[in-house]
Parts: sequence; C-alpha cells; structure tokens
Amino acid sequence: MTSAAVNLHTFLDAFRFIGSNWSLLLDKAAQQLELAGAALGLAMVIVLPIGVVLGHLRRGSTLAIGASIAGRALPVLVLIAAFLTVLGIGFVNNMIALAVLASGPILTNSYEGVARVEESVVDAARASGMTGAGMLRRVELPLALPLLAAGVRVAAVTVIATAPIAAIAGGGGLGDIIVNQASYGFDGVLGASLCAMALSVLAFALLKTLERAITPPGLRRLAVFEKGNRPRELVPIAAIGAEIEEET
Amino acid sequence: MIAAQAVASGPVIPNFGGGSKCVVENHAFCWGWVNAHWGDTLQPALVQHVELTGIAVGIGFAIAFSTALVAYRRRWLSGPIEGFSALLYTIPSLALFQILVPFTGITTTTVEVALVAYTLVMLFPNIVAGLNAVPAEALDVARAMGFTRRQTLLRVELPLALPAIVAGLRVAVVSTVSLATIAAFLLPKGLGYPIFLALKEPSPFRTEIYSAGALAVALALTADLLLVATRRVLAPWARRSAA
Repeated sequence: MTSAAVNLHTFLDAFRFIGSNWSLLLDKAAQQLELAGAALGLAMVIVLPIGVVLGHLRRGSTLAIGASIAGRALPVLVLIAAFLTVLGIGFVNNMIALAVLASGPILTNSYEGVARVEESVVDAARASGMTGAGMLRRVELPLALPLLAAGVRVAAVTVIATAPIAAIAGGGGLGDIIVNQASYGFDGVLGASLCAMALSVLAFALLKTLERAITPPGLRRLAVFEKGNRPRELVPIAAIGAEIEEET
Repeated sequence: MIAAQAVASGPVIPNFGGGSKCVVENHAFCWGWVNAHWGDTLQPALVQHVELTGIAVGIGFAIAFSTALVAYRRRWLSGPIEGFSALLYTIPSLALFQILVPFTGITTTTVEVALVAYTLVMLFPNIVAGLNAVPAEALDVARAMGFTRRQTLLRVELPLALPAIVAGLRVAVVSTVSLATIAAFLLPKGLGYPIFLALKEPSPFRTEIYSAGALAVALALTADLLLVATRRVLAPWARRSAA
C-alpha cells in the first residue's frame, strides 16, 4: 500500500518536472537527436556502400557476420571511454563511438539484403543484358530494400536509445539530466528517463511507418509471401536482428 | 556499501594505487597497475559481471522458453509477444534502470529486471522460429511411431530446434554482457564500474578503461565460443550453421 503510494507520488513528481521544464527537455532531446543523427549518417556513408558492394559480389560474408557479432560484443560504454582517451571529451568522440555501434546492423543487413537476392533473378537480369552496376541499381537494390531499411532502422533506434550514455563523455542530451541527480533531483532523473523512453519509442514507431512507406507495394506482398516459405531451419546469427524486426 | 556512497557523493578518490610514473603520467597502458589491482578491482568486477549476465540470461531464458512453448501451440500469440518485447528493447537502458528505481530501489534487482527484459527480444523469436522450422515429415514420423505430444516435444521438436535456440542464446549473452556495463550508472557493480570511475577522473585513467573494456569484450567472446562448443556437442548434425 505505502509503496504503491510512494511510486505514484514519485511518478507524479517526475511528470511535474516534465511539465515545468518543458523547454529544457526539448533542448536536450534535440541535442540527443542531433548526436544520433550525425552518428547514423556517418555510419551510413561509410558502411552502407561497403555492405552493398560486398553483397553484390557475394563476397566477404565473414566480415558481414563478424560485424554483427562485434557490434554486439563491444559495449558502448567501452567504446565511448576508449575513444575519449584518444579524441578527448566532446561531440566527435561520441559521434564516432555511436557510429561504430550503428555500423553492425547496417553492414550486416545491407550485405544480407543484396546477397540474398535469388540466384535465378540475378541470372535473368544478366540474361537480359544488364551490367553489374545496372543490375545492382535496378534489380538487387530494390529487392534488398526491405532488409536494408530494417538494418538502418535497427541502427537508428539503437543509436537514439544509446545516446544518453554519451552524457558521461560530454555528449549532452537527455542523459545529461539522467546522470546528474545532484543537480536535478530524482524527479528530474525520472522525468528525463521517461522522456528518453518516449523519444525512443516514438522514433521506433516513426521509422517503422517510414520503412513501410518506402517499400514498393510489390515487395510488400513479396515479403509476406516469403515469410511462409523461407527456409527457417537455421537462423543465422547475422540475420537475427532482421528476423526480429521483420516479424514484429 | 562504501563504493555505493562513492557513487552518490560524486568525486572519487583516484584508484591510482602505488602511483608509479606510468600511472601518474597516465601512459597508454600500465601493466603494473593491472597486476596491482587485479585482485581488488578487476577480478571482483569480472565476477560480478558474470553474475549479472548469468542471472539475467537464466531468468530471461526461462521466461522466453515457457512463453515460446505456449506461443508455439497458440500461434496468434507470438506476434503480440514479439511486438511487446521489441518495444521493451527500444527503451534506453540508462532510462529503464531509473524508471524501475521507484519500484525496486537502487538494487541488483532493478538491474536484473531490465536486463531480463532485454534478453526476451533475442530469445523468444528464435525459440519460436526454431520450433516452427521442425519439418512436418519429422512430426508425422513421430506420430506414426506412437509418440505422445510430450514425447514429440522432448525427443523431436526440441532437439531439432536446438541450433536456433542456441543462436538466440548467443546473441542474448553477448548483448547482455555489453548492456551490463551500463549497470555501473546505478550500482558499483560489474566491469562498467572501473570504466565509470576512470571517466570521472580529471584526466580519464587509460589503463583502467582499456583493461576493464578488454575484459568485457573477452567475456562476451568467451561466452559465445562456449555456446558454440555446447551446440557442437549437443547437436553435432548442425555443424553447417557455423555462422
């Protein structure tokens, strides 16, 4: 009874904090999104082309699978701390650490997306006289789009959800409030935590909708078709992120 | 307890120990510090980290496994459960720890509840996928041989689903080792804590960051290798899935 009452009050206080510090929280949220966006952009610019080209050549699957394992095995706190010792406190260090984190799912899914395009489709494209680049642009990339978009979405959600930790290395964002109970009190810590949660869930829902919108209608049907027929006896570890995301 | 107060009070007494030249000047890596503080800093953190991870994956597996068995029989359940666990997974760990504090306090329980929640998204879909992938022929043969439902589950479905289940466990263990470092923001526990302390120094102490970080990565990879080895022993026919 008492503890339930305490809980309720704690959360009411947190909501009160949110109500009276609205602009501060918006500022911090924007800061967090800016950091996450920069990290995601950096990862996409560098890693996406590598994954797509390797997938097109059907080469380097070890690298693509290794990236997904490494991406999970490297704790973000370790990445941020390690980059901090080299680059010093601030935006660049956090951006690079989060970009490394984002690279895993992007590399894996861009590779898998392109490499998994069916052999017969590739043969047909070649038979109709397409060159490697044309085939990549007009056949492989469109077919790879669902997996590719899923990879980017997983990376984006991961980075947005992880960005608060960057506060410990001067990353700003809602994490600034969460790790600073001395200044903001527990009301602030809890309020900022709730905001960080809302931000992540919102980003997840938004990106999911966006992903559905950019998938060509024909492929949407194909994805449903594939679901029942996909050989599923072995779930390769590299594809698990995509598996989860495809089926929710 | 003393360490917990250190978190609360902010400034932390440098963990520099002997204060050798290497440590004082914060060189790239000081083996002397690692030797001197293995027993009082690194080893306890490693043991705590193994505990945090083991308990989380153990409880998470029990929950995921039992719900997966139910969802395997009642297929319509698996969509909503997967959606729910995916939603849980999007909550930032740093925030989830704090949101749980009003319920369970600044305790190991809080950390474990959060870590367990995160394992579900990796375990549940894989267990369900593994069970669903059992070939219909195998089930027919089991029925023809007079297996009961229970026997079919224990002798046919679960062994055939094992590789997929282990694949899920690998991801869950590796991710949990990684997430458990964030526990240091709440509790003086795990390999994240030495890193957390080192970052609080005016000039972040490199040796502590590198050694604790390397231990965390080594722990994740070792656990992964152990699971692969387990699968090879339990399901030797699945060698093809070496990925």
